[in-house]
Amino acid sequence: MTRVLPVVLVIALVAALPLLGDNYLLRLGTMGAMYAVMALSWNVIGGFAGYPSFATAAFFGLGAYTGAILQGAGVYMPLAWVAACLAAALFAGLLGLAILHLKGHYFAIASLVVAEVLLEITTSWTSLTGGGMGLNLPILRISVDAQARLFFWAMLALASLTLAMNWIVANHRLGFGLRCIRQNEDASGMVGINTTLYKVIAFILSAVFVGGAGALYASWVFYIEPPDVFATLTSVKPIVMALLGGAGTVLGPVIGAVLFLVMEELVWRNLLEIHAAALGILIVILIFFLPGGVLGLFKRRRKPAAPSRPLASAEAGR
Amino acid sequence: MTAILSLDNVTQRFGGLTALDAVSLDIAPGEVVGLIGPNGAGKTTLVNMVSGVYKPSTGTITFDGKRIDGLKSYQIARLGVARTYQVVQPFPEMTVLENVMSPATFAAGNLGVEAAQEKALEALRFCGLDEQAQMRASELTLAGRKRLELAKSLAMDPKVLLLDEVNAGLNPAEIDLALDLIRRISAKGVTIVIIEHLMKVVMNLCSRIVVLHHGAKIAEGTPAEVTSDPHVIEAYLGNRYARKQAGEAKEGADG
Amino acid sequence: MLYAQILINGLVLGGLYACIAVGFSLVWGVLNVINILHGTFVVLGSYIAYFCYVHLGIHPFLSIIVSGGILFVLGFLVQAGLINRVMGAPVLTTLVLTFGLELLLNNGILLAFSADYRTVQLANPLGSTIIGGLVFPLERVVATALALGLTVLLYVMLAKSRIGRAIVAVRMDAEAAALMGVNVKRIYAVTFGVGALMAGAAGSLLAIVFPISPLNSTEFLGIAFVVCVLGGLGSVAGAMVGGLALGVIESFGALFIGPEHGLTIAFTLLILLLIFRPTGIMGRRGYE
Repeated sequence: MTRVLPVVLVIALVAALPLLGDNYLLRLGTMGAMYAVMALSWNVIGGFAGYPSFATAAFFGLGAYTGAILQGAGVYMPLAWVAACLAAALFAGLLGLAILHLKGHYFAIASLVVAEVLLEITTSWTSLTGGGMGLNLPILRISVDAQARLFFWAMLALASLTLAMNWIVANHRLGFGLRCIRQNEDASGMVGINTTLYKVIAFILSAVFVGGAGALYASWVFYIEPPDVFATLTSVKPIVMALLGGAGTVLGPVIGAVLFLVMEELVWRNLLEIHAAALGILIVILIFFLPGGVLGLFKRRRKPAAPSRPLASAEAGR
Repeated sequence: MTAILSLDNVTQRFGGLTALDAVSLDIAPGEVVGLIGPNGAGKTTLVNMVSGVYKPSTGTITFDGKRIDGLKSYQIARLGVARTYQVVQPFPEMTVLENVMSPATFAAGNLGVEAAQEKALEALRFCGLDEQAQMRASELTLAGRKRLELAKSLAMDPKVLLLDEVNAGLNPAEIDLALDLIRRISAKGVTIVIIEHLMKVVMNLCSRIVVLHHGAKIAEGTPAEVTSDPHVIEAYLGNRYARKQAGEAKEGADG
Repeated sequence: MLYAQILINGLVLGGLYACIAVGFSLVWGVLNVINILHGTFVVLGSYIAYFCYVHLGIHPFLSIIVSGGILFVLGFLVQAGLINRVMGAPVLTTLVLTFGLELLLNNGILLAFSADYRTVQLANPLGSTIIGGLVFPLERVVATALALGLTVLLYVMLAKSRIGRAIVAVRMDAEAAALMGVNVKRIYAVTFGVGALMAGAAGSLLAIVFPISPLNSTEFLGIAFVVCVLGGLGSVAGAMVGGLALGVIESFGALFIGPEHGLTIAFTLLILLLIFRPTGIMGRRGYE
C-alpha cells in the first residue's frame, strides 16, 4: 500500500489541473491521459505477455466509431463510451482466438493489417460511418471550459482505471502466467498454464480501455474520419511510449506516455515538416541507448552493487 | 496390475514420416521405466505425445483411468503428469524460486502466493537448490538448470514424471548426484519414465526397460533381458555385428 | 475473352509484385527481420529511375542497374551499421527499429521530392500490341519480364554463387555457418543489401507503370507482406508464385468487387491465410 499512495497522490494532483484555468494545459493533460491509456493497455499484451501487437489502432478506431455512431443515434454519451469498451473487448476476444496462435512476426503482421482492413471497411460502409467524409458528433450544450474539464477528467479517470488494471494484473497469477509465456511459451503449458486463455484475456485487456479512449476522443473532438482514428502510427506510438518508460512494468508506460507527450509538444509540434523523422530518430535512439526504457536505467545503475554474489552462491551450492 | 499410464497402439505421423508406429506400453504405479533406443527412435516423440505437445495420429493414451490423448499440455500437467526437456526450458529472466513457483501456482491446485512459495522452497530443498533460490535461472550452471527442471516438475506434485535425458552433458560426479536425486523422487512414490543414453544410469535405476527403434517397440523387459536380446543388439550395433554375435553364441552352444 | 484479358493483366501486375516481394522475403527468411523500410526502398528506386530518365535520359529498363546499385549500398550500410547491432533481439525490437528508420527515410524523401505524384513520360513509348484479340501493353510486359528475369537471376545467384550458398547456409543455421568460416554479420549485411537491390530494381520498373510518390511506400510494403504470406516465407519460388497469384486475385477482385478495394481484398486474404494456413499456399518454408 505504501507504493500505491504516492501514485494516488500524483493522480489527485493532476486531477486538480483545471484549477490553473489554462485550456491549453487541459488539452495536453487529456492527450497525456489518452496516451497513458494506450501505452498501459499495450503493456498487457506486449510488455507482460511479450506479443508484439500492432492492433491498438484497430481497437481505438473501433471504439471511436462505436461511440460516435451510438451517440449519433441518441445514446447517452457515457453509455456510448461503455458500449465502445465492450465492442473493443468483444472484437479483441474473437480476433485473439483467431490470431494468437501465431508467433513473432506473423502475429505482428496480422495485428497490423487488422487496422488496415477496418479502415477500408469503415471507408466503404458509407451508410453507417459516413465513409471517407467522416462522422460529426452531436455538440454538447455546455461551455467550452466545462467541456475541457469534462473530457480531461473522464480521460484521466480512464487512465487511472487502466493503471489499476495493470497493477492488478502484475500482482495476480495472470501477470505471473503472462511473464512465463513471454519467457518460454512451451514450458508455460508444461507447468500448467492455459496459455490460450491467458493470451486471449491479455489481448482483451489490451483492447477494452483503448476502445473507451477512442470513444472519448471522438466525443472530445466532435469529428472523426477513418485515416485519423485507424492510423498505423496509433499502433506504433504506444509501443514507443511503453519501451521509452520500460515495457513490462506498471509505471513505465505512464512515464513513457508523459515523456512522449512532452517531446511531441516541445520538439516536433514546432517542426511539423519533420514530425515523422523526429519520431524515427527518437525510436533509433531508444533502441540503441535506452533498451530497458527509463525505468531500466535505474535498474542497471543498481545492478553493479552485487555482481559477484550469484557466482559465489553457485559455488557454495555445489 | 493396473497401469497408471498406458499407451494403446499409439501412432504418430508427421507428413509422410511415421515417428511412432503402433506402440503399446503399460506402466505400473511406482515403477521406474527406462526408455532407450538409437537417435531418432521416437523416444522424445513419445514423451511429447504423453505430455500433450502432439496429439497422436491414432491410438489412445490413458492416465490414471482417464483418456488424455488430445488434451492440451496444461490439462495433462494439472492431472499430474510432469516432464523435463532434453534441452532445459527455464524462464530465464525469473529467479530460480519464481521458476519453481510457476508449476506450484498453476499446476498443483489453486495455491495462493504463500502456499506456492512454500511448495517451491520444499522442492528446491529436495533438489539441493535452495541456496540458489534468488539467482536468475539463466545464471545457473548446466547441472543446476537440470536440477531446476526436476524441481519444477516436483513442485507440480506429479504422479508420473517423464525425464528426457536429464543427465546429458553432466560430468560423472554430477550424474551421481542426479541419480541419487531421481532415486529419492522414486522413493516418494512417483512413477518415473526416463529416456537415457547412458547404460550405467538405466541399469542402475530401472526395474524395466523398453527399447524403441525406428518408432516401433522392439523389446521390453528387465535390464538383463533387454541387453541380451538380439533385436536390441542389432538395433544398436548394426545387423552384421548382431549376426556375428549370434553365430558366436551358437558356436559356443555347439562346442 | 474478358477473363483471359484480366488474367493477362493480373499476371503482368503479378510479375512486378513478385519482384517487390522477393527481396523482402529474402531478408525475412535469412535475417528473421521484417524490413518495414522495404516499401520506401521501392519508392526510392522509382525516384532514381525518374531522375535518371529526366536528367540523364536513361530508360527505366536500364536504370535498374543504377537504382539497384545505389539501394544495395544503402541497404548494406543500414544493416552493417544499425540492424546488425540488434540481431537476435526480440521481434519487437527489430520491427520498431525498422519502423523508425522508415519514418526517417520516408520523411526525408518527402522533404526532398514533395508528395506530388510524378510520372515517367517516355519519349518513345512502345505502345501495345493485340494478339488474338488480347491487348498486351508492351512497356508493362517488358517490365514484368525483366522483373521475373531478375527474380530468376536471384534464384540462380543463391543456388550457384559462393555468396549465395553462404546466404543459404546462414538461413539454415547461422551458428553452423559461422563454424564453417562464414562471416555471418557480413552475410546479413549483404543479404539486406540484396533485398534493397531487388526493391530498387522493382521501383525502377514500377516507375513506368505507376505514378511515383513517397506515399506509395505503405502500399508496396503491404504487397510484400501479402505475397510472402501467400507464397510461403523465404523462398524465391514462393515469392514468384505469391506475386503472380496476388496480381491475378487483385485483377479479378477489381472486376467483381471494384478497383478501389484491391488492397482490402489482399489484406483480408492475408489475415485469412495467417489464421488458417500460415505456411503459404505452397505449404513449405525455406530455400531448399
